[in-house]
Amino acid sequence: MQQQTNLHPRRKKAPFSRRIGLAFDTDRWQEIWMTITSNKSRSFLTAFGVFWGILMLVLMVGAGKALETGIFSQIEGFATNSVFFAAERTTEPYKGFKKGRSWNMTNSDLPIIRQRVEELQYISPVLFAGGNNGDKNVVRGDKGGSYLVKGCYPEYDLIEKSKMLYGRYVNDIDIAEKRKVCVIGERVYEVLFQREEDPVGKQIRVNGIYFHVIGVARSETVVSLGGKTAETVVLPFTTMQQAFNQGNIIHFLATTAKPGVAVKSVEDKITEILKQQHQISPDDKEAVFSMNIEEQYKMFFYLGIGIAALIWIVGLGTLLAGAIGVSNIMLVTVRERTKEIGIRRALGATSNNIIGQILSESVVLTVLAGIGGIMLGVGLLSAVGVALNQGDQFFKDPQISFSMAVGSLIILIVIGMLAGVIPAQRAMVIKPIEAIAEE
Amino acid sequence: MITLTNIHKSYYTEAISLHVLKGISLTIEAGEYVSIMGASGSGKSTLLNILGILDTYDSGEYRLNGTLIKDLGEKQAARYRNEMIGFVFQSFNLINFKNALENVALPLYYKNVSRKRRNIIAMEHLDKMGLKDWAHHLPNELSGGQKQRVAIARAMISNPKIILADEPTGALDSQTSIEVMSVLSDLNKQGITLIIVTHEQSVADTTNRIIRLKDGMIENGG
Repeated sequence: MQQQTNLHPRRKKAPFSRRIGLAFDTDRWQEIWMTITSNKSRSFLTAFGVFWGILMLVLMVGAGKALETGIFSQIEGFATNSVFFAAERTTEPYKGFKKGRSWNMTNSDLPIIRQRVEELQYISPVLFAGGNNGDKNVVRGDKGGSYLVKGCYPEYDLIEKSKMLYGRYVNDIDIAEKRKVCVIGERVYEVLFQREEDPVGKQIRVNGIYFHVIGVARSETVVSLGGKTAETVVLPFTTMQQAFNQGNIIHFLATTAKPGVAVKSVEDKITEILKQQHQISPDDKEAVFSMNIEEQYKMFFYLGIGIAALIWIVGLGTLLAGAIGVSNIMLVTVRERTKEIGIRRALGATSNNIIGQILSESVVLTVLAGIGGIMLGVGLLSAVGVALNQGDQFFKDPQISFSMAVGSLIILIVIGMLAGVIPAQRAMVIKPIEAIAEE
Repeated sequence: MITLTNIHKSYYTEAISLHVLKGISLTIEAGEYVSIMGASGSGKSTLLNILGILDTYDSGEYRLNGTLIKDLGEKQAARYRNEMIGFVFQSFNLINFKNALENVALPLYYKNVSRKRRNIIAMEHLDKMGLKDWAHHLPNELSGGQKQRVAIARAMISNPKIILADEPTGALDSQTSIEVMSVLSDLNKQGITLIIVTHEQSVADTTNRIIRLKDGMIENGG
């Protein structure tokens, strides 16, 4: 016969959440909350380090984000793989020409560039006229204004993107037939036409010649060549050359590189071709002016990365300092509470109970302080954002993303745990008798 | 109830080892009312700590209610303490940011008793000590005698078999001491085994048996 002696009747097992140290049930929560709130100044000091750390992190990340958004909004919608060319005076004598000669790009350059530069994606010559002397050069009936006139290829719309509010952009047939048509900017439309009036097919006079309006364009970029798109009239390039007696010259050449190709190679090749075609010394560094947007963009991009990295390093550093502060204060706390912990142990608390309590207190404090910091940070950023909310800024929409907020919360919990570990270990080492004996 | 056989205990510091208990053998039956006396340094506090499973011993055997108390894990020790032993200390050892009721209820928290239930039970025990009206006062708002009665209520809440009291009247004036001692002897009459460590003869005289310790050994043979 089997006999089982069981000196201690089997105790009902605690719920799982209770047995693992950190889970909260109501009772445990109340116990932690009471300990935290009964020691207000200690808890406040502990929490403040983390609060400050996360506040700084949120503010800095928000500000960095705003700087980034601001910078990128400047070049948004502008083909970042583009490079532009213009003719400058030569600075080297070459083949019998003196230095200081002025020259022009011409129509004949285009087929050669198209043929020889295989990395080329789009190319559009550009001519500029008018708009500078204050005359009303664009007129419809008794309304008119002084606007920039720009001759382009259809491809230009792919380099500097715009949204058509009415009608269409310049197309290939316009170019081929040298049609007298024009695309007007949003602002030009507002001045020349009634609100809601359909301008397509209406005639306006540009620099003394009548053109049919075929579309109204709104700029999608802040940057645009020559002047604001809203205050520009775009003509087909060929029409403009002929109508305004520009011969075969080109003021400006806008190009883009094929995707995946370094813009620099397009830049170098076209520069070389232009020099060859116009008897310019290969050593002349200034005669062919070029502006490589990709390089500019890269600079902004790396600047953005640099700023972000700096912010995170400083922010996490601040947060870490906060966590070390919490850990330190928890250590002091544990020392201060040696006796209390000893009493709890004498009354039946296991070391797991104690560790759980210290860790939970640490996590609760960190998370509460952290959420406070995040909320204040987001609030401040919103306030700044509202105060600054005016278009062309290098500092735009300071805010942190939701995932960023959640991410920092997770970081906080981990930090809270880490901050609690050393004090908790210290607490576990305390023997009840030593603790109680301590006076 | 309690059987000690040839218990030895030494404390080791860097260079010196201090042999505190030198072979203690002792039997205390259930329901006894015993005092342990001795000069300071005689090992009485160490003995009490071992009895209370707050400290370990080097050699010998300690049986509590038939169970060998040796090399217990942290959890086991905590469980036995919680279930079998109530402590009363000289300096009361109440948690100063918890009110009387919460202090009394604390052992039940570690026994996973719900808050509502443990507060009801704690209130009953406070009532027995005549402290119902003081339930929501913090320890520093209570007199010495009241604090010690709160501590006794706390020791009693988990229905222990044994109460270990370490100088329970050491911090009290003589009038209050008499009150506290009468509370303790009432408990003994209800069948609780009571072991009191004291150096006051008057306190020891109220008990049924006096065990005198000297230099780590029992003087009067128990």
